[in-house]
Amino acid sequence: MSDIRYTEDHEWVRIDGDTATVGITDYAQEQLGDIVFIDLPEIGAALAQGDDAAVVESVKAASDIYAPITGEIEEVNDTLEGEPGRINEDAEGEGWFFRLSVSDTAELDNLMDEEAYQAFVKKL
Amino acid sequence: MDDQDRTPLKRTPLFALHDRHGGKMVPFAGYDMPVQYGSGVLKEHLHTRSEAGLFDVSHMGQLYLHGEGVAAALETLVPGEIHGLAPGRMRYTQFTNDSGGILDDLMVTKSGDSLFLVINAACKEADIAHMQENLPQHIGMEILDDAALIALQGPAAAVVLERFAPGVAAMKFMSSAAMTVNGVECIVSRCGYTGEDGYEISVEVRDAPSLAEALLAAPEVMPVGLGARDSLRLEAGLCLYGHDLDTTTTPVEADLLWSISKRRRQDGGFPGDAIIQQQIAEGTTRKRIGLLPEGRAPAREGTEIVDREGKQIGVVTSGGFGPSVGGPISMGYVTGDSAAVGTAVSLMVRGKALPAQVASTPFVPQRYYRG
Repeated sequence: MSDIRYTEDHEWVRIDGDTATVGITDYAQEQLGDIVFIDLPEIGAALAQGDDAAVVESVKAASDIYAPITGEIEEVNDTLEGEPGRINEDAEGEGWFFRLSVSDTAELDNLMDEEAYQAFVKKL
Repeated sequence: MDDQDRTPLKRTPLFALHDRHGGKMVPFAGYDMPVQYGSGVLKEHLHTRSEAGLFDVSHMGQLYLHGEGVAAALETLVPGEIHGLAPGRMRYTQFTNDSGGILDDLMVTKSGDSLFLVINAACKEADIAHMQENLPQHIGMEILDDAALIALQGPAAAVVLERFAPGVAAMKFMSSAAMTVNGVECIVSRCGYTGEDGYEISVEVRDAPSLAEALLAAPEVMPVGLGARDSLRLEAGLCLYGHDLDTTTTPVEADLLWSISKRRRQDGGFPGDAIIQQQIAEGTTRKRIGLLPEGRAPAREGTEIVDREGKQIGVVTSGGFGPSVGGPISMGYVTGDSAAVGTAVSLMVRGKALPAQVASTPFVPQRYYRG
């Protein structure tokens, strides 16, 4: 069973067992425009919730991506480095950024579920 | 930026068209302008290089100067060769200040006995005040508040515009003529800001939307926003005022010496002439250069340029991703001894020193019409 949560910075995080997969939302990719560069974290990096985790650059600007949950980087989607446009094409699927091994999913309680996120985006 | 928050944004005559075509509007130089349309900056950029893009540049200032000796009068404010302009020909030049710094860059066309000027949107009020203050009393100024400016750029621009204005395909690059386009009187200039062949069309406000829609209906033409306008000009090695040029940079430092004729270099007679002549003779302590980062990370405006020992030697003034280059490109200023093409430097991006090389510009070959 998987559970997807969203941050106010437009990251999504999906929990499968003790692995969290992280990316940016479709709304975020739309706002950023064509993405041309991604700087992914090192495998093994230990990140706390809210830490800088990655950087994406679109034709317009650079944006920091934060860890939505505390954990250790166990995998990064390095196909994005050669094809950052995949983030625009499928931000919430094939355009995932990295996977973290997590121990405490209670942190997710302060994130939004899909309904709350959609309502949040509508107000922007 | 502050005054943009307080003052309502101005709209160009093509505002409704931007909306119809899905323009994503942003504030720019006091105007509500499309940064991109539905297809996005990358596609708009590449389409302009492969076919043709239509740009609304109506925010720019357009004006006529007239009166006896108008060329000599304007030459007291710019280092460009205005006196030698043949009828219907145009030139790029700059308004300089007393220290040789650049107040704005502009295009000047000789149109009959008058001069037609196109100036930057953000500078237009200051430029107009500067001219009113410093040109002789008898020089008249007619500001075209009722004219839009539409740019059609790209290798297909000539074939498209020829359908609406027979004869334009034979115009020389950097020439201008009054002619009928799609049944309305326009001033058509063969010039642009993309490195491609193309035209800028000055048209009355009431005729602008129908002309723009007629051009957009051509299968070769796509609307293009400010985002791609910026990446196109950056790849073409062209300066953006307020970023690559400002009151602290001279035309010599900015590598714009080509825009100053031999006569004007020798005789001076423009603000800051002594400083500019001295820089021509003795060189400058810094120079505008192109930069090619070795990796994939763009180095944007404000990025520190350091030598391989880590000492700061300059700063990036424009930078981003070059869609036709297929990688990051930047331009900036470095100290004179680091300005040679091929010099190894580093760019400080998010605390990391990224290797880069000083590169020649343009980053893509210019494809202006040469007849």
